[in-house]
Amino acid sequence: MSPLGNIIRKEVKELLTPATFLPIVIMAIVFGSMGNAIGGIEEEMKEKPVIGLINVDNDRFSTLATSILNENAEVVFNSSDIMDKQKGLETLREENGVALIVIQKNFTENILKGVPGEFEVYWVMKGAGIMDSISSSIVEDLISLVNTNITKELISTNTSVNATTALTPTFRNETTYFKGKELHGLSPSVISSILSSQSTLVPIIMMMIIIVSGGMVISSMALEKENKTLETLLTLPVKRTSIVAGKIIASAIIGLFLAVIYMLGLGYWMQSMQVTSNVNLADYNLVLSGGDLLLIGLSVFVTLLAALSLCMLLGTFARNYKSAQTLTFPVTLLALLPMFMIMFKDFDTMPLVVKVLLFCIPFSHPMMAPRALLFGDYPLVVSGIVYVSIFALIMISLSVWVFKTDRIITGSTNRFKK
Amino acid sequence: MSVVEVKDLVKKFGSVEAVKGISFTIDKGEIFGLIGPNGAGKTTTLRIISTLLTATSGSVKISGFDLHKNPGEIRKIISYLPEDAGVYKNLTGRGYLEFIANFFNTKQTRDMVSKGIEIADLGERINDRVDTYSKGMKRRLLVGRTLMTNPKLAILDEPTSGLDVINAQEIRRIIKNTTQGGTTVLLSSHNMLEVEFLCDRIALIDDGLIVEEGKPRVLMEKYHASNIEEVFTRVVG
Repeated sequence: MSPLGNIIRKEVKELLTPATFLPIVIMAIVFGSMGNAIGGIEEEMKEKPVIGLINVDNDRFSTLATSILNENAEVVFNSSDIMDKQKGLETLREENGVALIVIQKNFTENILKGVPGEFEVYWVMKGAGIMDSISSSIVEDLISLVNTNITKELISTNTSVNATTALTPTFRNETTYFKGKELHGLSPSVISSILSSQSTLVPIIMMMIIIVSGGMVISSMALEKENKTLETLLTLPVKRTSIVAGKIIASAIIGLFLAVIYMLGLGYWMQSMQVTSNVNLADYNLVLSGGDLLLIGLSVFVTLLAALSLCMLLGTFARNYKSAQTLTFPVTLLALLPMFMIMFKDFDTMPLVVKVLLFCIPFSHPMMAPRALLFGDYPLVVSGIVYVSIFALIMISLSVWVFKTDRIITGSTNRFKK
Repeated sequence: MSVVEVKDLVKKFGSVEAVKGISFTIDKGEIFGLIGPNGAGKTTTLRIISTLLTATSGSVKISGFDLHKNPGEIRKIISYLPEDAGVYKNLTGRGYLEFIANFFNTKQTRDMVSKGIEIADLGERINDRVDTYSKGMKRRLLVGRTLMTNPKLAILDEPTSGLDVINAQEIRRIIKNTTQGGTTVLLSSHNMLEVEFLCDRIALIDDGLIVEEGKPRVLMEKYHASNIEEVFTRVVG
């Protein structure tokens, strides 16, 4: 073999390791999952939204509106009596509908007088994830389509209404029902926008803390082995629990410090990207109390502890710095998965299997906690804290146990090492 | 009085039996050498005695403490120098000695570090980062670290491995002096000259078994050999 071929063969052998391929395979799986999710969005966008309709007006423009809505949506409730509003909402909830649209009396007459006609829209909002708000966006588009058609009608029939009403012939009076709360004057899109900071910022920051701190713990163990300092450390008069705790606490401090820096930068970036909202959340009782913040802090703390103790356990299997890189990927995946899931779907609107999966991933709990507490879902948050605490305790115990066995030195109880 | 009592020590790694029931004792202030070829079970034995590995069967007592029952107590009175030990590269030589001393009696930390610095004998370089040290300097720092704690038992695995003649001689001199302070030394080595110079007693280990044990001079007489290398070849070969 030529010298060049010899070098190429050696380099290829050296690079053909799980550490090289795992990241690519995992990223391919993540992108594939994202592709599927986006495909799901497209599918959902093609589906007709389920709505209820009460046409009290029964005149020229309201008939035009109902015909457009009937054609483009699946209308599960139809009435002309304003008293049927409650019944309509019940039907909508049973049929998993999105909105009950009430066309008020004098709708047509008002438009013809130059006063915008009123759509009373009662939204049934199921979740604040990207996929949850698709059907409400379609209904908003349908109402815009109705507006466009009324405008066309007004112009084509040379009706003498003012230009403003001709261009914007209707307005919406909205009420949204979301997680047991009745929010007047807010549409699902506005609520989603307000909650987007919780649905994107918190999961991203949590993911970063876990990946950065977890990587540090695994690398620390790997470096102890690679630099041959572990054997000395293990023969010093220090408890195994102190070694495990020391490594976890140090990484947690650095991880939190880095997270604060990251959060500041990302927070400013997100603020600049968001449309300024005039909505005061306190008016809707959508604020986190001191107790809520304490629960979020506790959730973050136990999750960080769980993540780092899992990483410590994984780190005991690291032979050197290179193998440590491979071992960080299961943790990265476990941090990325809930982040994407929570961004796309609300916990309440997920299928049961996915809910169980999400609950079992310890890192998902602080990602879900802010939104859950905002809507008073204390059982989810508290049970999450309890579960993650138990998980952390098991991981720490396992790590200490590994530190007390030959595995920490030999890498395996069955492996011969002189 | 025996500081170390090893009785019928066995260590298995799955189906492989690395140590097959060895027994020996080491008296206070004695330098005891484990001599044997690669894979004979020397390092495994030292790792068990230094609490790193658990024995499959048999017993080890150090200063009366049972290894299985009181590993924590044993760690307070031993000091282990692995063959290929490393040092935290981001620390200075002094910082490393202080880091180790902090695990022991806090009242004597300063004295311990001073002793470590004296043994390592690195001059002003003790304040430099370890990653700027040569191999010999690192090993001297590690020997300083091992002996500065005044251990009742110093366990040294190939203490002069990979060192040049000057550094090796210096480390041998340090080890020899250590026993005058009451420290007992258990070491393993491939270097027969080193063993002959340092050890009061030696045990020849082969394939997990002690095949011969005694004072170097007595063994040389017994096997009509002019040095330990010849004894070793006659016993093991």
